[in-house]
Amino acid sequence: MKVADTTLSDLSIDVFDKRVILSGHLVVWTLSKLSDTPDAAKIDLAAVTRMDTAGAWELTRRRAAGGTLTGLSHHHASLLATVTGALPVPDLAVEVPAWWRRTLEGTGRRVAGVLVYLSELAEYLGRTLAALWRGLCHPSRFPATSLIHHCQETGLRAVPIVAVMSFLIGVVLAFQGSDQLRQFGAEVFVVDLIAISILRELGILLTAIIVAGRTASALTASIGSMKMRQEIDAMRTLGLDPDLVLVLPRILALVLMLPILGLVSALTGLLGGAVMSWIELGISPAVFVARLADVSVSHAVVGLTKAPVFALIIGVIGCHAGMRVGKDAESLGRMTSSAVVSAVFAVIIADAAFSIFFAQVGL
Amino acid sequence: MNGDPVVRVRGLRTQFGDHVVHEELDLDLRRGEILGVVGGSGTGKSVLLRAIVGLEACQGGTIEVLGKQIGTLSNPDRRALEQRWGVMFQDGALFSSLTVRENVEVPLRAVAGLSDTQRQGLAELKVSMAGLPWKANGNYPSDLSGGMRKRAGLARALALDPEIVFLDEPTAGLDPIGASAFDRLIVTLRDALNLSVFLVTHDLDTLHACCDRVAVLAERKVLTTGTMAEMLQVDHPWVHEYFHGPRARAATEGIPDKD
Repeated sequence: MKVADTTLSDLSIDVFDKRVILSGHLVVWTLSKLSDTPDAAKIDLAAVTRMDTAGAWELTRRRAAGGTLTGLSHHHASLLATVTGALPVPDLAVEVPAWWRRTLEGTGRRVAGVLVYLSELAEYLGRTLAALWRGLCHPSRFPATSLIHHCQETGLRAVPIVAVMSFLIGVVLAFQGSDQLRQFGAEVFVVDLIAISILRELGILLTAIIVAGRTASALTASIGSMKMRQEIDAMRTLGLDPDLVLVLPRILALVLMLPILGLVSALTGLLGGAVMSWIELGISPAVFVARLADVSVSHAVVGLTKAPVFALIIGVIGCHAGMRVGKDAESLGRMTSSAVVSAVFAVIIADAAFSIFFAQVGL
Repeated sequence: MNGDPVVRVRGLRTQFGDHVVHEELDLDLRRGEILGVVGGSGTGKSVLLRAIVGLEACQGGTIEVLGKQIGTLSNPDRRALEQRWGVMFQDGALFSSLTVRENVEVPLRAVAGLSDTQRQGLAELKVSMAGLPWKANGNYPSDLSGGMRKRAGLARALALDPEIVFLDEPTAGLDPIGASAFDRLIVTLRDALNLSVFLVTHDLDTLHACCDRVAVLAERKVLTTGTMAEMLQVDHPWVHEYFHGPRARAATEGIPDKD
């Protein structure tokens, strides 16, 4: 049997009974040709001109399987010895548990992971409150400059996007609502539709979702990159309290700014609704305002009550994710995206909980 | 040592914008030798390495590796040439989504007809030859220390038994014990696999421990090449300062630095 190769390397194999004669290059590229030969054969290597570690590795394997090697040149023998010396020694294999056990274990771990996550969030909330208390007790240590900076970042800078979004939501509501209500000749109730849905739910919920996307990612990225570069460790060694210096101003800024953003959102949403009602249904601004006055103020109160809670949720999730960033950039990216997803999800869950709560108390 | 050059650089010119990094640079790497490339920060040691392996375009001159001229090769020829060299980057440059063994398997996947078990076995052999313990095989790069990442990077560079290995600062950031173990590893592998090694370094101990020849990069070209003993005779102020400074004396005499 003779096999020839035209690529980089050539290896010829002649098999006589239980003797294998190799000639040419015994290298990684020609290794697969050996697979047809019996393991426990007597291998003659006198005509091998080139051998690499892959070839030597295959020979050690065959020698261990009962094969014998002859005709090794001095150089190849030393390579074989090097490879034999470097052969990896496997650790004792760990017993792999049955599939149902692994599934059960995985589920348990995930459930426990969620519980641990929730308790960590509670811990961060507590630490923030404690930092707030310390800050209030020692006003000189209170990070006021930082607070104002973050108010600008999370509040003022978010006004344009929140306003535009709410205006468009108001437009859409007026447009869709008028289409449906016209069938019953109740066009004028579009004002109630817009007012209640924007003041009570959509304004603050959509604002919170935008802020969750904008600010939660920024919190995780800024705190996470400090964590990555050991700035937070450096702060601790210098006697600075990261909770007070980093976490508190960010969360406090959110708690102060989100109600204001909610208010901006409610106003621009109503404006959008009014404009569209005027164009589409001919409801003049005066009529719109008059009907608006009949809508209970409790809707606005309900909407704005939720804002500080959403802000706390977004801030705590963002800062917690930032503190969990490891040493590599990959974990920074992973934690940033997971912070946004968790924050949006948590805001929606909290909104549902608020709906149930307010329905029960009759607001 | 046969002495025929496996890497031949002639009249190399590289520049970024107006900043000329190399001009009229000549360098040879001979078969079977370990060549240490030293120079101050910003003298283009890493750029030279990157230019030789074709990662950086050069504005003039020729680079021949194993008789093939870089930059004029067709894609298949370039592929074939790349399989004859290995590159270890500064921090290992391991693929972060793969385990160490899978990282070493990546170049082996180019080999047709290799069974999965053979590929895994060879990868584990390389990991072991690079001096990593068995359990490192299943670890992800982020689980490893800097020194282990360098070793894993070396294992990947050696996966296809290349003829030339390019090492970029192999001992930077390692502790002295880890660094000297790495020096010994390079010499051992060179002897066992008959490698030619192109070694960019700052580390004087590494130069003493493993390099057959040293090339000094300064003033945009290779200022001088020669053995360590010859380097000590060179008059050029920077070279003199480099090889006669307090750290250099400590490395030569093998005594610990007093400060």
